[in-house]
Amino acid sequence: MTNNAAPKSALADTFARFSRQPVFYPLIGFLLVFIIMTVVSDSFLTYNNLSNIGRQVSINAIIAVGMTFAILTGGIDLGVGSVMALSGTIMAGLMVSGIPMPVAIILGLLLGTFLGGLNGFMIAYGKMPAFIVTLAMMTIARGLALIYTGGYPIAGLDNAFSFFGRGNVLGIETPIVITILVYAIAYVVLTRTPFGRHVYATGGNYEASRLSGIKVSKILFLVYAISGFTSALAGLIISSRLMSGQPNAGVAFELDAIAAVVLGGAAMNGGKGTIIGTLMGALLLGVLNNGLNLIGINPYVQNVIKGIIILIAIYVGSEKKKARS
Amino acid sequence: MLSALCGEFIKQGVTMGKLLELQGISKSFPGVKALDNISLSLEPGEIHALLGENGAGKSTLMKILCGIYSNDEGKIFVKEKEVKFDGYKDAIEAGIGIIFQEFSLIPYLNAYENIFLNREPKNGLGLIDFNKMKEETLKILEKLNIKINIDCPVNELSVAEQQFVEIVKALSLNAEILVLDEPTATLTPREADRLFNIMRDLKANGVGMFFISHHLEEIYQICDTISVLRDGQYIGTMPVKDSNVDQLVEMMVGRKVENTYPKKPEKVPHDEVVLEVKDLKRTKDFHPNSFKLYKGEILGFAGLVGSGRTELARALIGADPCYSKTVILDGKEEKLKSPDESLAKGIGILPEDRKAEGLILSFSVKNNISMNNYSKWLKNKFFISDAMETATVKDIVKKVRVKTPSENTTVGNLSGGNQQKVVIGRWLNNDCKVLIFDEPTRGIDVGAKAEIYELMRQLTQRGISIIMISSELPEVIGVCDRVEVFREGAIVADLEGEDINSNTIMLYMTGNK
Repeated sequence: MTNNAAPKSALADTFARFSRQPVFYPLIGFLLVFIIMTVVSDSFLTYNNLSNIGRQVSINAIIAVGMTFAILTGGIDLGVGSVMALSGTIMAGLMVSGIPMPVAIILGLLLGTFLGGLNGFMIAYGKMPAFIVTLAMMTIARGLALIYTGGYPIAGLDNAFSFFGRGNVLGIETPIVITILVYAIAYVVLTRTPFGRHVYATGGNYEASRLSGIKVSKILFLVYAISGFTSALAGLIISSRLMSGQPNAGVAFELDAIAAVVLGGAAMNGGKGTIIGTLMGALLLGVLNNGLNLIGINPYVQNVIKGIIILIAIYVGSEKKKARS
Repeated sequence: MLSALCGEFIKQGVTMGKLLELQGISKSFPGVKALDNISLSLEPGEIHALLGENGAGKSTLMKILCGIYSNDEGKIFVKEKEVKFDGYKDAIEAGIGIIFQEFSLIPYLNAYENIFLNREPKNGLGLIDFNKMKEETLKILEKLNIKINIDCPVNELSVAEQQFVEIVKALSLNAEILVLDEPTATLTPREADRLFNIMRDLKANGVGMFFISHHLEEIYQICDTISVLRDGQYIGTMPVKDSNVDQLVEMMVGRKVENTYPKKPEKVPHDEVVLEVKDLKRTKDFHPNSFKLYKGEILGFAGLVGSGRTELARALIGADPCYSKTVILDGKEEKLKSPDESLAKGIGILPEDRKAEGLILSFSVKNNISMNNYSKWLKNKFFISDAMETATVKDIVKKVRVKTPSENTTVGNLSGGNQQKVVIGRWLNNDCKVLIFDEPTRGIDVGAKAEIYELMRQLTQRGISIIMISSELPEVIGVCDRVEVFREGAIVADLEGEDINSNTIMLYMTGNK
């Protein structure tokens, strides 16, 4: 074949380079769904609806940050939803029992981090599979939340607590601000710090990383502690938003978080994925949920559609991978 | 006309009565002629030893015989009929069975389930007929006088017993020709004796066997005939009773050492001990090993595959558990409980399996080089400076001469030699005193090999001490200043200067000295 194509414009060149970036496919997917929703629904592209989406997405998006760390190491954290519920109810319970709000919040966040760290300890030093350890944590944390609350929501919280779920900072809703902050920090940690690079290395090849002298056990331990922390942070937002500690909150949230990470282009066996991709994945899921509701599609049908979209997205992503190697 | 007839006649005469005949087998891999015009034959009830160094072509030849590789040239005759194998299945049908070094058994199935895997007899209902499987298995076991538990999962059997299961599996497929590729490598002497008894029974039943082993005494114990291969060439065949050890060793190693090795320093430096290892025992009952490493030298660990060299290195740096060890580094005793502790003390390893343990194949050259020392590029205490990192990596890529389009190229796309240089680069990026190179040139072409030897020599000139584990004798002889010879987990000799030669090393590592 002769090369008679016109010289590529600078724009096309930039685009070609961008298309090789790992966030390319998640971003395109998100934009695609966004545009479709704008076209098919009049009420989609309104300030109210968009900030609604932002609020709804924030919980899953924050949990998905911890999940991204876990999946990048080749692991998984199935306990996120339960740890979120337990941390949220403990915060509420402590406040109701008269402990000052900041102390209660900090204790709740510490509890989540501790439980995550416990997962990490068993995975990294006990050499147990992450799937099983966090599956056990999922039922343990849920059980503890139900025991603590007796199965009932803990209500009667001070109005000031509503700031985290319903308030705003300079006109932007607090959950959205927190989400942006968490993503900014996670982005810097994953791309600019030795710890972040070691997370990738550990997931890319555990044995090679270990033999090269990377402290792989410490990395794994920290990764699950981070996942516990982000779960607890999501617990803070949801308790504040509902103004109560809900022991049954967050059932099956781990699945949405995994979906967001995978839609974001991460590989389940580790080493590949980006935090921005995860954000795109979470936004895609959020826009999809919101849009399908706006169009008035039966919720049962929505589940089917969501599942199919996940499958298509993964298929497209894997095709891309094959072509490159 | 007459000579053609004669040729035909002779050929027929030669094939008469032979169980197997290989004629003029050649095989090339990209860049290497692995086998060059090899002819061998096997008679019923004959045990035929194949001898040669690692890489001589024994395993390649056996893989051709079993249809795993196809031969470029040459013919295979089984019972005087020419056969062409298009895969292992064809070879099985022709009555050939191979017992691999690594077992192909499924650990959680029992003996007869393994033996009849994928060809389970069915009963009237179309379900698996376990009784029949068991009966058939017992029949063969009885014939061979083997007593093993056939009801427990095979991973509960000893290594030797698992091997017996493999043999029974081959025989249940009506194999009349068996290939045993280093079957004794993982056996204790007593287990090996059991195996030999079974081989004698098979012999009495007319089964012909190829036997590969590095242990010459085993060959004298069990074999009838010996053939020697060297560098893919056929060197000779002789009856065991007419041969002697010296003659065989010479046939195996009698090659000129190629001039791909950098010049060794005139005198082996012996002034400063960098690393002293005392009484390293991997397990409680293990032979304690001790050795010293001097500053700026290349110390070779020679020995057969499985002689415990890699295991010792891994136990030394804390990659695997170790029952007891005393490690003195620069005069100070160190614990070295994990690879990261070893790294902190300045000991690094280039693992044996480059792809599985050395590199993150899906990552870039840059990430693979910088992965274990980001702290040197930190700005503001926490953040990696990409500019500094890239500059260092570019410098290292140039120094170790990695041929790569850019430092951002995925390392999995590079050739083996360049991949190995990336791993070396990773250690150059650290301040190491001791580097362990485990089979550094395995699967690497000749040109890149020479470059890696050269790099090793340069590192020693900078005061780094190197331990090189290698199964290739010429490499050990060409590169090392001093050599520790391993046999069955123990260091059996410490050689220097003139003593570093093929015959001496070979005699020590095969246990003939």
